[in-house]
Amino acid sequence: MITVIDYKAGNGPSVKNALDYLGIEAVLTADPQQILNADGIILPGVGSADATMESLAELNLLPILNEAVLEKKTPFLGICVGMQVLLSHSAEGDCDCLGWIPGQVQRFEEGVRIPQMGYNTVRFAGSHPLTQGLDEGYFYFVNSYYAKPELASDVEGVTEYGHPFCSLIARGNIMGAQFHMEKSGPAGLKLLARFAALCREGGSLC
Amino acid sequence: MLTKRLIACFDVKNRMVTKATQFQNNIDIAPAEEIAETVYNAQIDEIIFYDIMASAEKRPIDLEMVRAVAKKVFVPFTVGGGIRSLEDMYQVLKAGAEKISIDSMAVRNPDIIRQGAEAFGRQCMVLSMQVKKVPVTEQIPSGYEIAIDGARTFTGMDAVAWAIRGEALGAGEICVNSIDNDGTHQGYDLEITKMISDAVQIPIIASGGAGKPEHLVDVFTKTGASAGIISSMLYSPKLPRNYSVEELKRELIQAGVPMRPYVPQEEY
Repeated sequence: MITVIDYKAGNGPSVKNALDYLGIEAVLTADPQQILNADGIILPGVGSADATMESLAELNLLPILNEAVLEKKTPFLGICVGMQVLLSHSAEGDCDCLGWIPGQVQRFEEGVRIPQMGYNTVRFAGSHPLTQGLDEGYFYFVNSYYAKPELASDVEGVTEYGHPFCSLIARGNIMGAQFHMEKSGPAGLKLLARFAALCREGGSLC
Repeated sequence: MLTKRLIACFDVKNRMVTKATQFQNNIDIAPAEEIAETVYNAQIDEIIFYDIMASAEKRPIDLEMVRAVAKKVFVPFTVGGGIRSLEDMYQVLKAGAEKISIDSMAVRNPDIIRQGAEAFGRQCMVLSMQVKKVPVTEQIPSGYEIAIDGARTFTGMDAVAWAIRGEALGAGEICVNSIDNDGTHQGYDLEITKMISDAVQIPIIASGGAGKPEHLVDVFTKTGASAGIISSMLYSPKLPRNYSVEELKRELIQAGVPMRPYVPQEEY
C-alpha cells in the first residue's frame, strides 16, 4: 500500500487517480499510522515550499516522516514542491525544509519565462533503480524555483531551462521529481509504476 | 528544451461538450469524459473545460464532471466557468483539476486573482481574456478591448493593460481569446498575442482561429506564445479537413517548433 500524503496545498487527488488507473493500491491520508505502515510514501506538491512545510508541521507529520523515511527507510517520492522540500533550505518564503538532501532551492534567474510551464526533456543518469535503462523523456513541469543539491551523486535527472538544473533526485529510498509524473502522459505513469514496483520490493533500495 | 503545448479546449453544457462559433449556436458533440479520454489517448498536451452555463445559471461548476475527467486524463487540465470564490476554486482543485480559469469574474473582482494565487499558487490561476480589435483611443492604446460574459459586454478596458495587471495580481498564465478570429479558422490574432506575450513574463496561450498547422507554426514563431488552443482542428465538421494531434506535432517539429513528440503507445 502506498500512502499519498493529503495536505492542503497538495494535488493528492491527481496522484491518487494516476495510481488507481495503474491498478496500484494507494490511500490518500494524513494519518501518521498509515504513513508509518506504508510500503511507500508520496508527497505531492502544488504551491509554495513554505506553505508545504507549514502544512506538514501543522499536521505534526515532520517527526513521522523522519521516522518513516530516515529510520524505516520507506521508499519516498516527492513531486514538484514535494521534491523541493527534500533539500535543506528554500528561497521561496526563506524556509528551512526537510534537509534529507543537502542543498538549496532557488528561483530561476531573469531571461526565461517564469513559471516554467510545459513539457521539457529530462536526461536520466540511469544510476538508480527508478531510472535504470531509461535515457530521456518529456515530462510536465510547472515551477518557478529549482533544486540545487550539493552532491552530484544525488542528481538523477537533468533538464535545461536557461541553464541545466536538477529535475530528479535519487538517493537510496529517497526520490524526488521536479516534474509531475502524474500529469506527464504515459511517460510519467511509467515512472510512477516503477516507483510502486520499488515499494513492493522494499529493502533493496537501502 | 521546454516545448510548446497543444491544448484541446471544450465548452461543456450539461456534461456534453459543445462547439461554439463566435460564442453562438452551441452544438452537442459527446460527454465530457469521453472526449477527454479520446484526446488524452491521442497525446494532447493539455485540456481545458469551460462549464459554459455555470455562470449564466449562477450555479457552481459541475464537480462530478471534473472528477470523471480527472480519472481518465493524466495530463494537466484546467476548468473554468462559474468560479466565484476561493471555496469554489478549492473544490475544483480537490476534484482533480490542476488549474482554474477565470474570465468575467476576474474583471468584476480582480482581487480574486490575488487571493487564488496566494491560496493555491499562481500556477493554478489562468487569466482568460476575450479580446476584440477596436480603434485605438487614449483609453485603449493597444487597439484591443476586453469583453466579458461570453463576449456580450464590453468593458472599456485595454487588453494589454489588463494582462499586465493580471500578472501583477498573481496570474500564472494568460489565455488570449480573439473574439474576431474565433470560429473563423483563418489563424490566430498574431498581433494581440505578440503584444501581450511581449508585455508579460508569464506563459501565454493563444486562442481563437486555428484552422491549419501553419497557423500554429505562425503563432509559435512570430509571437511569444507558449501554447495554442486547437479544438476545432481536431473535430469541427466546418473545416475542410481535421487533423490528429500526431499529425500536428509532426508538422510542427518539421517546421522547427519544439514539441513533445507523439510516441506510439506500444513504445511505452
